[in-house]
Amino acid sequence: MKKMHLTLRVNGKEMETLAEPRELLVHVLRERLGLTGPHIGCETSHCGACTIDMNGKSVKSCTVLAAQAQGAEITTIEGIAGPDGMHVLQSSFREHHGLQCGFCTPGMITRAWRLLQENPAPTEEEVRFGMAGNLCRCTGYQNIVKAILHAATEINTAKEAAQ
Amino acid sequence: MIPGAFEYHRPKLLGDALQLLADHGDEARVIAGGHSLIPMMKLRMTQISHLVDLQDLADLKGITIGPRIRIGALTTQAELINHAGLKQAAPILTEAALQIADPQVRNCGTLGGNVANGDPGNDMPGLMQCLNATYTVTGPDGSRDIPARDFYDSAYFTARGDDEILVSISFDAPSGGYAYEKQKRKIGDYATAAAAVLITKVGGKVAAASIAMTNLADTPIWSAGAGAALLGTDCGPDAVAASVIAMKGDIHPGADNRGPVAFKMHVAGIVLGRAIARAWSRA
Amino acid sequence: MNDLTPDQIARATNLKGMGSSRKRVEDARFTQGKGNYVDDIKMTGMVYGDFVRSQYAHARIKSVDTAAALAVPGVIAVLQAADLAPLGLHWMPTLAGDKQMVLADGKVLFQGQEIAFVVAEDRYALADAIELVVVDYEELPVVTDPFKAMAADAPVLREDLAGQTRGAHGDRIHHNHIFRWEVGDKDATESVVSGADVVAEEMVYYHRTHPCPLETCGCVASMDKINGKLTLWGTFQAPHVVRTVASLLSGIPESSIRVVSPDIGGGFGNKVGVYPGYVCAIVASIVTGRPVKWIEDRMDNLMATAFARDYWMQGKIAATKEGKITGLWCHVTADHGAFDACADPTKFPAGFFSICTGSYDIPVAYVGVDGVYTNKAPGGVAYRCSFRVTEAAYFIERMIEVLAIKLNMDAAELRRINFIRRDQFPYQSALGWEYDSGDYHTAWDKALKAVDYDGLRAEQAQRLADFKAGKTRRLMGVGLSFFTEIVGAGPVKNCDILGMGMFDSCEIRIHPTGSALARLGTISQGQGHATTFAQILATETGIPADQITIEEGDTDTAPYGLGTYGSRSTPVAGAATALAGRKIRAKAQMIAAYLLEVHDNDLEWDVDRFVVKGVPERFKTMKEIAYAAYNQAIPGLEPGLEAVSYYDPPNMTYPFGAYICVMDIDVDTGVADIRSFYALDDCGTRINPMIIEGQVHGGATEAFAIAMGQEIAYDEMGNCKTGTLMDFFLPTAWETPHYTTDHTETPSPHHPIGAKGVGESPNVGGVPAFSNAVHDAFRAFGLTQSHMPHDHWRIWTIANQLGLHG
Repeated sequence: MKKMHLTLRVNGKEMETLAEPRELLVHVLRERLGLTGPHIGCETSHCGACTIDMNGKSVKSCTVLAAQAQGAEITTIEGIAGPDGMHVLQSSFREHHGLQCGFCTPGMITRAWRLLQENPAPTEEEVRFGMAGNLCRCTGYQNIVKAILHAATEINTAKEAAQ
Repeated sequence: MIPGAFEYHRPKLLGDALQLLADHGDEARVIAGGHSLIPMMKLRMTQISHLVDLQDLADLKGITIGPRIRIGALTTQAELINHAGLKQAAPILTEAALQIADPQVRNCGTLGGNVANGDPGNDMPGLMQCLNATYTVTGPDGSRDIPARDFYDSAYFTARGDDEILVSISFDAPSGGYAYEKQKRKIGDYATAAAAVLITKVGGKVAAASIAMTNLADTPIWSAGAGAALLGTDCGPDAVAASVIAMKGDIHPGADNRGPVAFKMHVAGIVLGRAIARAWSRA
Repeated sequence: MNDLTPDQIARATNLKGMGSSRKRVEDARFTQGKGNYVDDIKMTGMVYGDFVRSQYAHARIKSVDTAAALAVPGVIAVLQAADLAPLGLHWMPTLAGDKQMVLADGKVLFQGQEIAFVVAEDRYALADAIELVVVDYEELPVVTDPFKAMAADAPVLREDLAGQTRGAHGDRIHHNHIFRWEVGDKDATESVVSGADVVAEEMVYYHRTHPCPLETCGCVASMDKINGKLTLWGTFQAPHVVRTVASLLSGIPESSIRVVSPDIGGGFGNKVGVYPGYVCAIVASIVTGRPVKWIEDRMDNLMATAFARDYWMQGKIAATKEGKITGLWCHVTADHGAFDACADPTKFPAGFFSICTGSYDIPVAYVGVDGVYTNKAPGGVAYRCSFRVTEAAYFIERMIEVLAIKLNMDAAELRRINFIRRDQFPYQSALGWEYDSGDYHTAWDKALKAVDYDGLRAEQAQRLADFKAGKTRRLMGVGLSFFTEIVGAGPVKNCDILGMGMFDSCEIRIHPTGSALARLGTISQGQGHATTFAQILATETGIPADQITIEEGDTDTAPYGLGTYGSRSTPVAGAATALAGRKIRAKAQMIAAYLLEVHDNDLEWDVDRFVVKGVPERFKTMKEIAYAAYNQAIPGLEPGLEAVSYYDPPNMTYPFGAYICVMDIDVDTGVADIRSFYALDDCGTRINPMIIEGQVHGGATEAFAIAMGQEIAYDEMGNCKTGTLMDFFLPTAWETPHYTTDHTETPSPHHPIGAKGVGESPNVGGVPAFSNAVHDAFRAFGLTQSHMPHDHWRIWTIANQLGLHG
C-alpha cells in the first residue's frame, strides 16, 4: 500500500516517517515513533487510553488517521515531564494513589494536563466532567480526581509564589 | 479494528474538493472530524476508496453572530461550547453540545459532520430542526439551501447529494426560553430520548414554540403539533400533556439496548415535559 | 507500636513495613508512559496473527476459502483446524476438565469463535486478509437459554461428546448437560423447608457480564529454533500454569519454555484462562520461525474471552416466625456457554459457590448446581472475585432481603439476629467450610451507626409519604449488604488447577550490602505487589522496603506459583513471603550470635536488628549481619543469606464487610442516583491502608457497573449485542459515586501475618448493596425480586409493573 511522508512535531521534536494514510495515529506514535505511552483500550473512542494532545487539544489518537495528523504539533505522556523530573500531575497521581494497573494512566494524565490549562482551578465536578472521556477500571476515579485537584492547587500555589 | 485502504486527498479549496467528489463518484467520501466515520471504517462497515479531508477548507470555518447566525460546517463541538458570542446568542447550542460525547471527542467532532451524517442518534439534527436552521450545501452546480426540517429522509439518507458538501449551517438567533434535555445511559452515549425546546413568551402566554426530538425515530422529529399545543397557553399541566401527546404521535422509537419501545415512548414524554418546564422558566 | 521506644518507632517508620501507606514503587514508570505491556513488545522479525471469527452462533463450516487472503501482500500463512490436527492442537483442554476447539473443527458453537488464524507482516495487511477469508456456513438452530438447552428436543451442541454420559465432574443427564454438583444435606434441608414457619422462595439471576480490563488479552510467542527454546510473553494472571499447559500441549520440556507476564493492564479474571490465541501464536511461531504477536481487539475480548456469572439461582430460605433462619436450599442452572472453560479449582466445578450460607448461622443447607452448554462464549471466570463467590454473596444477600419482606422485618435486624457470633469461630458451615475468624456484629453496628441507619429509614418513610401524596416522583432506597468471602485458594489437599496444588511461593536473596531481591509465583495486574510484598519483608527482616526489589512473572526466575486471582496473593504468596523472611531471620540470628559471641537464645529481635537481651548497646543490624553472611567463615553455617518458602495454606481466609448504599430513583425515567456508598472492610491485618482503600474504590466501581448496567447480552440468534464500549457499560468519573471507606481488623488466626486479602471484597459485597438499594426503594410497593442489571429501562419497568406510572 502506498505510503505518505508524514511530518509531525512530537514532544517538541520534528519527527518524520513513512506511513499509510489509513494508519491510526496511535499506531504511528507507538510503532513508528516508539512512543508506547499512549495505549489502545477500546478502539472506538470511548476509553481515552490513547489520549494525546494535538494542536493544543486533547484527542483520542485511535480515531485520528495518520494523514489527518500531517503537520500536527503533538504532545504525548512522554513529553509532559519537564527537564527537572516528573510533572506535578505525575507526582500527584503517585502521591494520591491515582493509578493501579497503569494502563489508563498516560491518557489520563495527558488529558488532565490539558484540562488544567483550560481550567486551572476546577471544582471536583468540573474535573469529573472534564475527565469523562477517560475510563479507568481499577481506581473508581476517586483518587484520580483527588490527584488532579491537588496538582491544580500545587501548580497555582507555585505560580502565585513566582509572581 | 483497522480501516481499509484508501487514497487520501486534502484539498485547499472547496472547488477542488467538489472536483474530487465529481471525479470519484460514490467511491469518495468527505471526512471532517471523523469521529463517526473512522469507527465505521475501523469496523469495516464502510469501505472508502477516496477520502477527501475537508480540514483545510477555510470556507467551512468560522462562526458569525448576528440576527442570522452562521456556523461553518467544520466548527467543532468544543468550539461551539467555548464561543462566548454564541453562548450569548444561542445558548441552547452550548447546552446541547455539552451533552454530546466527551471532551476529546468534542474537540474533533464537528457540527457539520453531526448534522450531515444522518445518524438518528446525533443530537444536533433535532436541535437544528427546532431552530428551523438552513443547511447550505455546495455542489457542481453551485450552492443551495436545504431546511433542516426537510433534510433527513431516513437513517443515513439525507437530501444532500453525493457530489455536494455541507458548507454552513445558519438560523435566526433564537429568542425566549430554551432547553435541550437528554436522557442517556452515561457520558458519551447517544440519547435514550432527547428534546429540544424553544418557547417565546408574550404577555404570560406562549407566543411561539418549537419542539424537536432525538433518537426516537430513524430521523430527528420536529413535531409541529407538540409546539402548536403550547401556543396561547401558560405551559400548565394540560398544555404540556397535550404537547406530549402530539409529540408521541410523531415519533417511532425502536427497541435497542437502551430499552423497549414502551419505555422510550414514556421517557420521551417525561423528557419533553422537563424540557418545556425549563424552557418556560427561562422564557 | 504502642510499647515501642521513640528510637524503635523511628527505625520502624524508616522500614516502611506493614501498616504503612507506602507510595507505590510502580508508579514512576506508569505515570511517565514507561510501562511495558505486551503490545509494547517489539522484536526483530516479529509478525502478527489474528483470527477469522464466526459470524454465527451455531453453524456447520462447509468450507473456508483462503485464496484471496493469501494473495494479500505481506500475508504469510492461514492456519485452520486441519493444520493443527496433526499436532493434536486443534482442540485444547480447558481448566475445567472439558476441551475446547482452538480452531473450528467442523462447526462453530458461538458467535466470535475462532475459525482460522491469519499471519501477516503487519497489522494492516492482516486486517485486510482476514476480511477476505470466505467462510461458507450452514446455519444450525441456536440455543441461548440454558433452560431451553435442557429440553429433550434441544439441538445437540457438542457433537464431540455424543454418547458420553460421564464428564469431568460426574454424570451427564442430557446431551447439553455438563455436570451436576451437590453439597449439603438435601433431604434434611427439604424437610426443614417443608415444615418451616416461614419460607421465602425466589429465582435470583446474576446476569452474564465480563471483566473487561482496559488492556485486552494478548501474547508474543517466539520459538528459537537454534536452541529449541520457546518464549511466551503475555497477559497471564498465572504464568507458571501457562508454562505447564504449554509444555503438556506441545511436548516441549518445561525447561525449554519461558513464560513472562510483563506489566498487565488489569486482569479481573479475564487473564487466567488459556485462549486459542496463545496456542495459535505458538504454533505460528514454530511454523514461521519468527516471533508472532496476537493482540485481541475490544470486540474479540467482549465476545470471545472469559465471560463471568450467568447463574440462575433458585432459592428457598426457611425461618421461624421470629426470623431465625432454619435452612437454605438452592439450585443453580449455570450457563457455561459452548465449552466448560471455568477457571475453578479442579474439584469445584461451581467454584466456592457453597459459601452461599453467607455470614449467617444456618443449621442445614443444600446446594445443587447443573452446568449447561449453550451457544454463547465460554468462560465463567471469577471476575474480581474468588470462584463464584460473588454469585453466592448476591444470592444470600437477596434471599435475606426477600425473607425480611416475608417476615415484615427490618432487613438490618434480620441479619443481626442470624449472624454467626464471634464466639462461634472457627465456625463449621452447613456446606462444609471452616470460617477462620470474624466479628460480624461489631462491624455491622459500626456500619449502621456510621450511616445513621435509623435516620435513613426515617427519611425514607417521609419520602414514601411524600411520594404517595404526589409531592415527589423520586423514591429512596437503602441497600444493605453484609458479605463473607472465601479467598486464598488454597490448601493443596483440596485445591488444584490441572493437578497443580494451589500453594504459592517466595524466594529471597539478601545481598552483602543489606538490600534484597524477592521473587514470587504471583503476578500483579495493578494490585501493587512490588510495593506491598516489600512491606511484609521489611517488617519480617528489618530491611527497609525501599531496598527490597520484588520480581514476579518470569518463569525462568520466579519460583513456581499458581498466580494472582481469587484474592490469593496476600493470603498465599504473602504468607510464603513472611515465612521466607522468618527463615532469613532465623539464620541471621545465628550469624548475629556468632558475631556477638553469645548463644542464639541470648538474642532478641528489635525492629531491624538482633540485640543481646538486657544489653541494648550490644547488637547487630540486619545490614551488618548480611555483610557477615558473605565475608565471615562461620562454623556450622553455609555462606550467604537466602531463603525460599512454598506455602500450602491450612485453610482459606474469610474476609468480610458491611456495605450500605443510599440511592434516589426517578420512577418516571428509571434513572438512579447514588447518593452515598459506605464500605466497611475487614481484611484482617492491613499491609498498606492506601492500597486497600484504592482496591475498595475500584472494586466498588466494578460492582456499581455490574449492578447498574453492565452485561453481555445476546439476541435469540446468539448475536452478541454488547460488543463495544458503547453498549458494554463502563462508568466514567461522572457517573461513578463517591465512596466512604472504613474498617475493622480481625486477623486470620492461621495466616502468618493475619492478612486475609481485600481486592475482591468490594465487588462481592458491592453488587448486592447496589441491587438491594434498587429493590428497597420499591419494597413498599410489593417488589420482591427483579433481575440485574438495573439500567434505566429495567428500573422503569419495575415502576411500570407496580403501577407507579398512573
